[in-house]
Amino acid sequence: MASEQLEEYLESILDIEEKDGIAKTSAIAKCMKVAPASVTEALQTLADKGLIDYLPYKGATLTGTGREMARKVKRRHRLLEVFLHDVLHIKEENIHGEACKMEHTLSDETECALCKMLNAPARCPHGSLIEACDREIGSCAECIDKPGLAAAFPVRHDPILPVTSLQPGERAVIAFIRGDSGVVQRLTDLGLTLHTEIKLVRKAPLLGPVEIGVRRTKLAIDHAIADHIFVTPCLGKA
Amino acid sequence: MHGRHGDGGHSPHGRRHGPSKDEYVVALAGNANVGKSATFNQLTGVDQEIGNWPGKTVERAEGILQYRGRRIRVIDLPGIYSISALSTEEQVSREFIAHDHPDLVVNVVDASALERNLFFTLQLCELDTPMVLAVNQVDLAAQKGISIDMRKLSALLGIPVVPTVAIQGKGIAELSDAILDSVRHSPRPHAIEYGREVEDRIRRIMEKVPPVLNGYPARWTAIKLLEGDPDTVWDCRTHAPEAAALAAALGAELEKIHGESPGTVISAERYHAAEKIVEEVVSIHPSEGSELTLTDRIDRIALHPVIGYLLLVLTIGGLLVWTFVIGASVSEVLLGWLSYIAPVEPLIDGSLSDIIFNGAWTGLVAALTLIIPYVIPFYLFLALIEDSGFLTRFSLMLDRGMHKMGLHGKAIIPLVLGFGCTVPACLSCRIIESPKQKFLAAFLVTLIPCSARTIVILGVVAAFVNIWWALALYVLDFVLIVILGRIAFRVLPGESVGMIMEMPDYHVPHLRTVATQTWQRTKSLFWIVLPSYVLGSIVITALYALGYLAPVNAALAPITVFLLGLPVTTGIVFVFGIIRKEMTLLALAAITGTTVFSTVMTPVQLIVFALVTMLYVPCVSTIAALAHEFGWRKAIGITLLEAGLAIALGAVAFRVLSLVM
Repeated sequence: MASEQLEEYLESILDIEEKDGIAKTSAIAKCMKVAPASVTEALQTLADKGLIDYLPYKGATLTGTGREMARKVKRRHRLLEVFLHDVLHIKEENIHGEACKMEHTLSDETECALCKMLNAPARCPHGSLIEACDREIGSCAECIDKPGLAAAFPVRHDPILPVTSLQPGERAVIAFIRGDSGVVQRLTDLGLTLHTEIKLVRKAPLLGPVEIGVRRTKLAIDHAIADHIFVTPCLGKA
Repeated sequence: MHGRHGDGGHSPHGRRHGPSKDEYVVALAGNANVGKSATFNQLTGVDQEIGNWPGKTVERAEGILQYRGRRIRVIDLPGIYSISALSTEEQVSREFIAHDHPDLVVNVVDASALERNLFFTLQLCELDTPMVLAVNQVDLAAQKGISIDMRKLSALLGIPVVPTVAIQGKGIAELSDAILDSVRHSPRPHAIEYGREVEDRIRRIMEKVPPVLNGYPARWTAIKLLEGDPDTVWDCRTHAPEAAALAAALGAELEKIHGESPGTVISAERYHAAEKIVEEVVSIHPSEGSELTLTDRIDRIALHPVIGYLLLVLTIGGLLVWTFVIGASVSEVLLGWLSYIAPVEPLIDGSLSDIIFNGAWTGLVAALTLIIPYVIPFYLFLALIEDSGFLTRFSLMLDRGMHKMGLHGKAIIPLVLGFGCTVPACLSCRIIESPKQKFLAAFLVTLIPCSARTIVILGVVAAFVNIWWALALYVLDFVLIVILGRIAFRVLPGESVGMIMEMPDYHVPHLRTVATQTWQRTKSLFWIVLPSYVLGSIVITALYALGYLAPVNAALAPITVFLLGLPVTTGIVFVFGIIRKEMTLLALAAITGTTVFSTVMTPVQLIVFALVTMLYVPCVSTIAALAHEFGWRKAIGITLLEAGLAIALGAVAFRVLSLVM
């Protein structure tokens, strides 16, 4: 199977998994507009490569490596959408399709440079959150304000998540803050500094504010601001 | 527990020392929600004079502490709400400390959230001002298993530390002792050292900075220069150009090392220093039994996606209904009493002195019958919701909805206040950080049906058409607010900032705090609303009696008669209504000679009249408040816009309603 196709499958599985918990063959077939038989075959290949855990008749879940790959492609897809929309002013209805084709050929170097040029956008034109990059930096200010290649930063070890995707009660450590120095300053003044342990207390429905416990107080933070905070979940008790 | 710097220590502010002083000034500073008001109330007792300070938009309360034969003035600095280093409140606090140099600053902190509170304490320490730390709510902290080694904390900071439970008055005597002692000995905090990278740079800049600049000590100036604070950099351009240049270079170095602005690096250093102090002085013994606190349990209900919203609707709806049920009956009784003293009706003929007296009296009665029965109970109830911690939950739940109007959850406070009286609601928009959102909120507040407008809608439409049309007017008003909010959000320049708000623990409302809060809000009614009612009432009645306003009816006829389809006499009624909306009722009664309005106007006319009254201009007091907060240009802009809107909507309503009714 071509790597393009493989990446498309991983993306679909990621989407479905986030919604339903497990990606059923029928759901994947519907999402990718292919026959269920070809899905089964593709899933087998993905499982052989160690990218998914596949239980026949139940469905697929991503493995750690698979999830990382899927996220990376998703990130590129959404960055490209921002580029096509904001810079090239491509028609709204063509953006998704174009980005789908371009995302598989994007190199790390171009991805980082694109992100830097677009000033590290938080959301794609359709409103979905763009993942953080995989570079070992504390905040975008480190990258954006510096001349030179964005991809020159070393690759991050531990995977990071947006704080908004934590479950209530889950603890995590702040690993990365997206946005310019203004955002970083505001969050730092609130005590949301890098390497600080936080707890997600509650998420209000419909992208409402997120309640975060930090330094023994609770802060309600606008969802759009919380989008800027990325964390490494603490292992152990949720 | 004294600091090491005693009498005669160097004083950057040139403060007088020693027991020779008759009156000392002590400033209370601290984050919001730490019990600062309660501490203030306990210290100053009933001997409290709450003054409005000129010049600054943020108010400070002031009181007197009488203790062991001493008189100490206590200034309550604004609570730090936004927790951002650049907020107005914080600026007011630090300017007060630097320029008015109080003899002592009492920093009130929450024992349960010492780390976050110390962030501000460390900033106060940078100001090198004599300080005492009051660690409040130690009882709640103890319940959570938190204990603090006060002696050690005092030694680390170099200032006296007093544990208190201000609401119960515990520790207040000790705090008073510490204050009395400290105003004489001026214990100065240690300079809390930051990490070497930062500390070395601060020291190098300090060498080039004068010991006192604009009232600020060298260390503070050096830190601000390093952070790149624009005001400080500007001051240093002339006074210490070398320091400014060095700080810029060192700041760039820091930025290179950390990849973050020096301001961020220093904020992180402060938190780091706070963490280290907390590590040394705080010990936590997890409490036995359930891990859920009372707050967690209440939040499960109060923030529940269904029950929470139901509770919210019930509370706010109940608040309005309760106020108007109580308000209407009390208002009637009050008006009855006041009518015994002198008749309350606009007088439009007779001698000039009679007319002026009548104008003043009518204005005074109008203000009193609004403030006492409607506004005070409303604010009291609101202060209860606020102090108990429920209002912040409402803000959180409504945040999403507020986004539709370009606002965020915190704007719920001015919007709800607006149902009482628009004036304090406009003033309360200060709690919103971004200038754009502050103005937007104030604009929307002027459209909220305040109690005066509610009286007109009830007195004209509900009484003589039916209750459904009155409710329809309300609904129309809310729809307008949403639509205009969305438009204004797009049109107004500036940036919208998302909400960040601290969620305090719930507690049983403290009566004194609630009373103070209610008074703080009602107070603005007495110094803006009352005088403008009385003056406005005198001027307009006098002008009318002298015949200057007679041509008004004729001049307004194209609008009132042709566009709105109302009787020609309503022209002058609308002019009266500018003073205060429900004066339109009085004026209408006086001019038409009846209180049964259905005999002089058709139902359509009554509805149009109420609609126009509801929208046409904010009253005189509101215009004054808007001008006070945002300048005359914006105040007049809002006035003209709303007048145009009222006429346009009134004209449409007249034509549409004439077809259906």
